[in-house]
Amino acid sequence: MWTWFFRLASPPHFYALAGTLSNWLLVPALILVGVGVWGGLVLAPPDYQQGDAFRIIYVHVPSAYLSMMIYVTMALAGAIGLIWRIKLAHAVAASCAPIGASFTFAALVTGAVWGKPMWGTYWEWDPRLTSELILLFLYFGYMGLRGAFENLNQADRASAILAIAGVVNVPIIHFSVIWWASLHQGPTLSKLEAPSISWDMLWPLLTMILAFTLFFLGVLAMRVRGEVLEREVQSRWAQDVLRGATAASIR
Amino acid sequence: MSVTPSSPAQQAPAATLGLMTLFAAVLKRDLHVGMRRWTDASNSALFFILVLALFPLALSPKAEVLRMIAPGVIWIAALLATLLSLHLLFRADLEDGTLEQLLMLPYPLGWILLAKTLAHWIITGIPVVVMAPILAVTYHLPASALTVLTFSLLLGTPTLSLLGSIGAALTAGLRSASVLLAFIVGPLMLPVLMLGARATDLALAGEDPTGPLYLLGALLMLAVSVVPFMAAAAIRVSAD
Repeated sequence: MWTWFFRLASPPHFYALAGTLSNWLLVPALILVGVGVWGGLVLAPPDYQQGDAFRIIYVHVPSAYLSMMIYVTMALAGAIGLIWRIKLAHAVAASCAPIGASFTFAALVTGAVWGKPMWGTYWEWDPRLTSELILLFLYFGYMGLRGAFENLNQADRASAILAIAGVVNVPIIHFSVIWWASLHQGPTLSKLEAPSISWDMLWPLLTMILAFTLFFLGVLAMRVRGEVLEREVQSRWAQDVLRGATAASIR
Repeated sequence: MSVTPSSPAQQAPAATLGLMTLFAAVLKRDLHVGMRRWTDASNSALFFILVLALFPLALSPKAEVLRMIAPGVIWIAALLATLLSLHLLFRADLEDGTLEQLLMLPYPLGWILLAKTLAHWIITGIPVVVMAPILAVTYHLPASALTVLTFSLLLGTPTLSLLGSIGAALTAGLRSASVLLAFIVGPLMLPVLMLGARATDLALAGEDPTGPLYLLGALLMLAVSVVPFMAAAAIRVSAD
């Protein structure tokens, strides 16, 4: 009954599976991005206050959501790898970090671009912006720690512990930034609070969130594939793959 | 969390020491070693003074400017001094093999690391807590804010040392790890910095600082109860 689950953790099986999976994820992701962009940029009416500038949420919100979701995924994968000693989980955690950092960066940049016309400034020490920036540093720290180890096994376990420590800390950081800001001064808090949004504007946003998530999973499958191949390069199946054997023959 | 030493050979010596005796023994040993390496320990205190000497020179020696920046600047200096001293926490023990002996003890490793971290805080953190109000006077901080500043440091710097112990345990085996160490634990330390500086700020403005102080205390309790497990898991990775 659980065989499929255990087979999932076997590198050659996963390598083949992830190859198919990434296509099945990336193609719908691209279609949905097309639908979402058309819905968001063409069909949705301009905002009565922000005009067309609000349309950046179709990139900004999915990026910001993914930046946090990926960090949690990374910590979970790290914990699974640490507790049950599944190498594949470590490979997933390692592959999450650069993608997560990219989405965090995208969220910060799109936020800054939107902030200039709306707030009159590229950067504001707003709680959400500040915690997003700290999240970026957490990603960099994770990648820095991984890179510092020569031994892959040590790198996996050490970075998993750091990711778990980070995930415990992320809510603390977030709330302390909010308290810090509320003790500091009030008005910035409400600036970002989402107003109730009409369906015309909402459905493209939901489409984009789904599209970005599928895109993340597709890219993750590709990256894990590369990571697994690199880790197993000494093994027979990896050598076969590198010699150009077909996916069918390595099962 | 990761490797549990459970092979029969390692369990053979029965745990005869009480946990408090063990804690006291590790604490005493680390304090001794720390005192012998006095230059290492005093470096972070001197660094604290140096950073605090830089700000008036770089910004302005005016009393009102200094008073305004004092809470933040003193807390930043305390954070930097902690970061600077952390790489010493487990390094020497890993190099001379003490750590491996500690790993083989039939006692919870987290408990031992807690004693070591406490010793580290006594050697590097207490000087900072003691010097902070003296240096704050040179920043023209009023007496009412001095108490809150000292109290916030007393509650906050142990949390900094504890959080740092995770990073120190993760990087103990790496060469040239001090920058990386600062980089990975720095973001984790931010809540402590913000709350500590804000408490002092509130006291300076004549408002009630108990809220941030309570939160600092809560963070300390959380760190004491969670960090030793993480540090123990991390040190096992480094000792491999």
